[in-house]
Amino acid sequence: MPDGALPVLDVKDLKTVFRTRGGEVHAVNNVSFHLQPGELLGVVGESGSGKSVTMMSLIGLLPQPPADIRGGQVMLGDIDLRTAPAEVLRGVRGKRIGFVFQDPMTSLNPVFTVGSQIMEPLRLHMGMTKAQATERAVELLELVGIPDARKRLKSYPHQFSGGMRQRVMIAIALACDPEVLIADEPTTALDVTIQAQILELVKDLRKKLGMAIIWITHDLGVIAGIADRVMVMYGGQVVEQAPVKDLFARPQHPYTRALLKTVPHLTGARQARLQVIEGQPPILTAHPTACAFRARCTHRFERCDAENPLRRPVGHGHDVACHWVVNAEVAHA
Amino acid sequence: MLDESPRKLVQVEDLRLYFPIHTGVLRRHTGDVKAVDGVSFDIFEGETLGLVGESGCGKSTVGRALLRLYDLSGGKVRIDGTDISDLSVGELRPIRPKMQMVFQDPQASLNPRMTVSEIIGEPLVEHTDLDAAGRQARVLELMDQVGLNRIFQNRFPYEFSGGQRQRIGIARALALNPKFIVCDEPIAALDVSIQAQVVNLLEDLQDKLGLTYLFISHDLSMVRHIADRVCVMYLGRVAELSPRDDLYANPLHPYAKALLSAVPEADPNAETTRQRIILKGDVPSPANPPKGCAFCTRCPEVEAICKTEAPALREVAPGRHVACHFVEIQNRAGSTGPKKPEAIEPNQQGERA
Repeated sequence: MPDGALPVLDVKDLKTVFRTRGGEVHAVNNVSFHLQPGELLGVVGESGSGKSVTMMSLIGLLPQPPADIRGGQVMLGDIDLRTAPAEVLRGVRGKRIGFVFQDPMTSLNPVFTVGSQIMEPLRLHMGMTKAQATERAVELLELVGIPDARKRLKSYPHQFSGGMRQRVMIAIALACDPEVLIADEPTTALDVTIQAQILELVKDLRKKLGMAIIWITHDLGVIAGIADRVMVMYGGQVVEQAPVKDLFARPQHPYTRALLKTVPHLTGARQARLQVIEGQPPILTAHPTACAFRARCTHRFERCDAENPLRRPVGHGHDVACHWVVNAEVAHA
Repeated sequence: MLDESPRKLVQVEDLRLYFPIHTGVLRRHTGDVKAVDGVSFDIFEGETLGLVGESGCGKSTVGRALLRLYDLSGGKVRIDGTDISDLSVGELRPIRPKMQMVFQDPQASLNPRMTVSEIIGEPLVEHTDLDAAGRQARVLELMDQVGLNRIFQNRFPYEFSGGQRQRIGIARALALNPKFIVCDEPIAALDVSIQAQVVNLLEDLQDKLGLTYLFISHDLSMVRHIADRVCVMYLGRVAELSPRDDLYANPLHPYAKALLSAVPEADPNAETTRQRIILKGDVPSPANPPKGCAFCTRCPEVEAICKTEAPALREVAPGRHVACHFVEIQNRAGSTGPKKPEAIEPNQQGERA
């Protein structure tokens, strides 16, 4: 752990399986990570890498069945969210952990005004009166940069643009001053100029409020600009974890290296041809007994087929799950 | 491309596409959504023109209008010398094989009840007189070309991943040996590691078959990779049309500047030092665009004239077309500074009269 401070959120060996008619899907396989107070942890991965399912599992938002959380420990302070009863979880969701989802249109209720949706957690969790909640809602809308806040409380979601709706979602997530904010691809559905606005807003809010944030995205550019630390997921596992500058300067896992090379850049020399990661992501029908990336990896050797690599430290706060990297480290030492 | 003046394969002149708004009980025509409002550009043979802009700026509508998937509200579209703006459906039919399209969502654009070979072979049934064996041979040839294994020919679209489905869509577009392909956000629905595979395939096919692309995308980094020239649209109009390297090194239109500065770069060191132009507010509705310059409501450099007079698209430097009242001044100021030499290098396929 980088600092001595106690993590706000500490996840150990989380395992989630979906039971489907076609058999089991092992979506999250022994994922462990921690979140320090005030830190922004970026989670990168492709669709199906398990990044959203991990976050949904830890707060109990997945319907069970089909989901089945097979193991692990999710410590929020001294509560284990995985074994906590439903009432305790209800008290945590929206109060101690806030959520912002990808699509602000489908995550807001179209038949209620924006005001009533912001006030709902305030009245439920904070026991505020209607008048108090209204005042706080106005404050929140102003905080996220919505002009004419008092009037806009009476508007419905469809009367807002995409960027404005995402601001409303952020206001709702922040309503009860959460310790942790989980943002699942919050800017993916937005245009770049609107995305830039939201990123600025989040940077600003972090300075003001100082909560810890988990930011899920597939966009390496967004991560580079906003995160303190990055966790790379592939095939339902964490394959690499490092401070942001370290990850971009010295990526270790073959997947991270390839991923960074495969995206074209806006400045600098233009490549004549894009680097390609050949093949397809794995289908997770069983608990992995070998490296998930081996089929697409250029450094594959016998051990990769025999044994699923564990995460090992390769630098300060930097760890990686790869036999080849660990071998190379040993060879260099 | 060695040719002194490359041939214009696609010529677009003052293209307009309005979608009518009908209101009231009598469904009276009360207004128009001006999706495309006076767009002009040319695409040279063998080049890739990137068309970028935010959602709702009309870029997809332009792509579809070029292939006459919509009836035009005004303006001219000439493809390979033929004016197709007013042709009837019957007259268009013999021209359709020349121009094809690759769609954004490979899930929605492939018929789930048809096998791969039926999907790829359908244009051959419609437009050629090949017999079944001839079609089969051509389908297999196409599958080889786009890197699909021949053994998949009798499978259905749901059995493929997103990247492979996009390959099926590309094979279908290639079936009739088109000259011009509109790629409408062909990689937007794909994962990062798969995007590169599809883009490389498109580039290989262009080299091999001499194709001309209109590459519509909101991914500015990818457009920098694939396009020769780039057209930036805003609210149904062209803001800037420039050779790629010029645009990315030195965007002239204030919107192009803001758009490029908003793209996050996968480099934490650059991100901390970068000056970002944050635009205020949202894109106005195309049903009720602002008077004057379309960008005047959000432009950081707005002046009085912008709110009354719409700027025309002018050539402000060789090959560089910008629709802004103030760009000429900025350009002169910029030329005293360290101007990139390639800005005037004639190897780009800019217009040189």
